Amino acid sequence: MIALLVRDLRLSVRAGGGALIGVLFFMTVVAVIPFGVGPDLNLLSRIGPAILWIGALLASLLGLDRLFQAEREDGSLDLLLMQETPLVLIVFVKCLAHWIATGLPLVLASPLLGLFMNMDEMAIGATTLTLLAGTPAITFIGAAGAAIAVALPRGGLLVSILVLPLAIPVLIFGVSAVHAAIEDPAPFLPPFLILVALNLFFAVVGPVAAAGALRLSSD
Amino acid sequence: MRLVAEGLSAKRGEDLIFHDISFEVAAGEALVVKGANGAGKSTLLRVLAGLLPPEAGSVRIDAAAHTVERPCEACHYLGHRNAMKRELSVEENLRFWKACLGDLQGGQGLAVDAAAAMVGLGGITHLPFGYLSAGQQRRIAMAKLLVAWRPVWLLDEPTAALDAAAEEMFSGLVTRHLSAGGIAIAATHQPLGLGGAKELRMTGFAGLAEDAW
Repeated sequence: MIALLVRDLRLSVRAGGGALIGVLFFMTVVAVIPFGVGPDLNLLSRIGPAILWIGALLASLLGLDRLFQAEREDGSLDLLLMQETPLVLIVFVKCLAHWIATGLPLVLASPLLGLFMNMDEMAIGATTLTLLAGTPAITFIGAAGAAIAVALPRGGLLVSILVLPLAIPVLIFGVSAVHAAIEDPAPFLPPFLILVALNLFFAVVGPVAAAGALRLSSD
Repeated sequence: MRLVAEGLSAKRGEDLIFHDISFEVAAGEALVVKGANGAGKSTLLRVLAGLLPPEAGSVRIDAAAHTVERPCEACHYLGHRNAMKRELSVEENLRFWKACLGDLQGGQGLAVDAAAAMVGLGGITHLPFGYLSAGQQRRIAMAKLLVAWRPVWLLDEPTAALDAAAEEMFSGLVTRHLSAGGIAIAATHQPLGLGGAKELRMTGFAGLAEDAW
């Protein structure tokens, strides 16, 4: 399993791997918002956490369709399906590698982009923390969508549409946890813990659903 | 050890591709599946590899020493596609499959360098897989069979894109595998140069049409 993790990480940084595509997209989205909204610093710092979260959500959906499609195209998926190792575990490890390659850079880039949005240290810290807790869930949900669309030649947008409704709760609790951290009366911990719970829930359900879809997809 | 297939039928979409195929291959034996294009050779191999559910019938492996839960776990499948990443070097590809597949009980896979040398490409393992020619890529895919031990080899058109020397090299590999107590099932048009191999002729849908109606 370590071998699979290492291979997927290697592939993501080689030519055409697309590890940095997500970060570039994230930066583009967040960087153009101030130009569109105008130089109202108070407004920017108020909508900052939501913009960062939406940008991160869209960016992490970007490369998901290739998660299993690349394996299927070169025949590797057939071999992975035949192994004694449970398919759920293989899917989980692939998700983990995908998150390290595409999700973690988003989390690391978010403090810098927070400055673009005139957010204070507290808001930047809370956004980074909630993104760290929330983006793996998006990858796990996305794996199920990617597995369903694995046989479709241009399934990219379809994956995003399939996945988006399930990712909405993650977005809601992520943003509300950040708001709770900034505004005093609301407690930070409950929404954050729900976010963590969503993450753990999808870490189990996502790979199981994806494994089921992959088994049915082979022809 | 024996691989037994009983009454296999398989469908592609709504059409029955083959019907009631039974055979038995014992350790050290090879089975060559022959037939015209579209006769169902590849479909049969995919059913044996567990990648396509059979419409009827079953595949099982009788082994004295160890049992596998699903027959496909004891199989290597060499399909039309090579299952290698173009961006990674040959060595990284083979090393990954060696670690990922692992050896089944009762045998041991070769080291990556030794396997590459066996297919005659020992000196180029540092190159990215995508830089190799079609024939060289196929040879590396064959080296994948050697790095992890599986008693059963399922080979789908293994020697397409290979020159005569490589075909000879490959029949040497298969013979070596058989003498180690393995089983090989190959779908092919070319003669594989295997003396005494069993033969299975597939007729395909055209031959079935009368039976079915």
